[in-house]
Amino acid sequence: MNLLRTLVVSTAIACFTFAGVAGAGTLDDVKRKGFVQCGVSQGLPGFSNPDEKGNWTGIDVDICRAVAAAIFGDASKVKYTPLSAKERFTALQSGEVDVLSRNTTWTLVRDTALGLNFTGVTYYDGQGFMVPKKLGVKSAKELNGASVCVNIGTTTELNMADFFRANKMEYKPVVFEKADEVVAAYDAGRCDVYTTDRSGLAAQRLKLKNPDAHMVLPEIISKEPLGPVVRHGDDQWFDLVKWTLYAMLEAEEYGLNSKNVDKMKSSSDPVVKRLLGIEGDMGKNLGVDNNWVYNIVKQVGNYSEVYDRNVGPATPLKLERGANALWKEGGLQYGMPVR
Amino acid sequence: MAAEKKEALVLAKPPAKPPIWNDPRYRALFFQVLVLGGIILLCVFLVHNTLANLARQGIASGFEFLGRTSGFSISMHLISYAEENTYFRAFLVGLLNTLLVSVIGIVLATIFGFILGIARLSKNWLIAKLATVYIETLRNIPLLLQLFFWYFGILRQLPGPRNSIALFDTFFLNIRGLFSPQPIPQPGFWWIPAALGVAIAGIIFLARWARKRQEQTGEQFPVFWTSLGLIIGLPLIATLITGFPLKWNYPELQGFNFQGGLVLIPEFVALVLALSLYTATFIAEIVRAGILGVSHGQTEAAYSLGLRPTPTLRLVIIPQALRIIIPPLTSQYLNLTKNSSLAAAIAYPDLVLVFAGTVLMQTGQAVEIIGITMAVYLTISLLISGLMNWYNKKMALVER
Repeated sequence: MNLLRTLVVSTAIACFTFAGVAGAGTLDDVKRKGFVQCGVSQGLPGFSNPDEKGNWTGIDVDICRAVAAAIFGDASKVKYTPLSAKERFTALQSGEVDVLSRNTTWTLVRDTALGLNFTGVTYYDGQGFMVPKKLGVKSAKELNGASVCVNIGTTTELNMADFFRANKMEYKPVVFEKADEVVAAYDAGRCDVYTTDRSGLAAQRLKLKNPDAHMVLPEIISKEPLGPVVRHGDDQWFDLVKWTLYAMLEAEEYGLNSKNVDKMKSSSDPVVKRLLGIEGDMGKNLGVDNNWVYNIVKQVGNYSEVYDRNVGPATPLKLERGANALWKEGGLQYGMPVR
Repeated sequence: MAAEKKEALVLAKPPAKPPIWNDPRYRALFFQVLVLGGIILLCVFLVHNTLANLARQGIASGFEFLGRTSGFSISMHLISYAEENTYFRAFLVGLLNTLLVSVIGIVLATIFGFILGIARLSKNWLIAKLATVYIETLRNIPLLLQLFFWYFGILRQLPGPRNSIALFDTFFLNIRGLFSPQPIPQPGFWWIPAALGVAIAGIIFLARWARKRQEQTGEQFPVFWTSLGLIIGLPLIATLITGFPLKWNYPELQGFNFQGGLVLIPEFVALVLALSLYTATFIAEIVRAGILGVSHGQTEAAYSLGLRPTPTLRLVIIPQALRIIIPPLTSQYLNLTKNSSLAAAIAYPDLVLVFAGTVLMQTGQAVEIIGITMAVYLTISLLISGLMNWYNKKMALVER
């Protein structure tokens, strides 16, 4: 009979475990446990990288902090799960993380067949190539026969294949699981070329023994819209993460930043009033407090503050706003109206 | 007293057939069916639940992806492969790479392990101690660390393509791999392998004939030397007659790296080295145990029958030692094959890296792909196990 009992108990446990995954809305879960579980990279300067004190910093990290600020009014209520490119989607699908904010490219397959939803674009990027200067290569079209170091499970791997195929060139991929291993292999000379998103090239270049001995080739071979990802089938949570980013863009557009946000509370501009929750029920509609934008801007900042702090021209990455400028300034970043 | 009385009473009666629920045979059957039914139900529930959850989250499932174009390249492929090929072809490439590294690893580990095992038993103090130190060191360091040592510690330190270490201007060694000339058979080349085949067939025939003759007449025939002559002589004659119709494709420094010729990529070399050197230590201990397991009395008995040391070893010691060696040796072969999946850590494109890595990431069909990968490793392991069990049966003591 013991065996039978074991069987019954284990079946019951299995039932409950699976039922748990299927459970209620993510927002309620997050509120109950008191923090946002955020999937980040294993260390990509400017996007998600632990600083010398062990605190996570970067654009992707700030998105998670903004979500926490919107829900709890406290940007520090985030726990981070460092994920390799290979692990990231499974971690999100299985509910291990609530939101994946890990320089992830928005593609059709990921948006559909993988059961995910991209909530927006935090950084418009494109793939590039880096080579040692002493190789004497001036264009990516001269890379026939090169061996290329690349990260497994990325769109990079596929774009590269397309690029070489389209240009009738041959290449030898050397595929690693961790970004650090890719960089180390390139630095040791195992490959001629290192390829990833151009923002990633700028970031990883800092890890090379002699960053000045390398150059980024002029070609941009793909579109890489990077953004936060959530699971299919939970619209409330999807909305919240989506509008967190829009709120940061709207804050920049209407001149709200972490320094003036208290003063702006007395503004007579109706848009600002709506943003800061003085008028309307914007927060309530999302299932959070009405002063959610105030909390985001006060504690994390608007989009330009986040950009400049992490990847902007004043940082080691030295990335110009370019395509990531607001639409009014000729860029692609366009916050949907909060009303 | 009462109990005794009762017993006597029972004995007196003819044994009544117990009711069906008290019959141990039916009882056992009942519970077995119950447990089996429970397990089947659990499996059905798990599969159904997984499918339902996948469908609910909108995650694709099924095996259609195997026929779709892969779109990525693989650095080492034994069969022709390009980006236009399907995921299934990529799977085959990964599988063959796994098999290649396993087979070569098993052969090297066996040879090296037997040498080490015998060396540890050597009467020469230095050889025995060296073997002991080697075995105890490598056996006690985790395989992954050894893999990193060979790949990052040793092979990473090799020079770049333009400063390659050249040997006779035909072999080149650099951080991208070992480049050697590739033989390209010309018409008429097949005579040479054919001659080799004839030689092997001849040797088998000769060995049988020699044994039969010895059993009948007691006369011995120098089988070994004749075989050596055959296996070298016949292909040599074929070569001389056909004029060695083989051209070599030499590697040449072109553009970024050497082009043409045969390439051994460093990932492959590091993996084979780590796997075979590590597993060899375990095989060495198995061999030592096997030889020590044959009692010295056997040797003495053979000597007293007038056998010389070499036939004693060949006819008396080794056949008995093999019976002890083969079963644990099988486990080591299985270990080596399964350990080859550590390849993913150093970018060797094996089944895990190519199929359970890149393909999984691109299709997102984790359940199917991990399932296939597990089934493949299980199949390989069962095949090796079956083969070794067959060999073990052949070697086992035949009782007459």
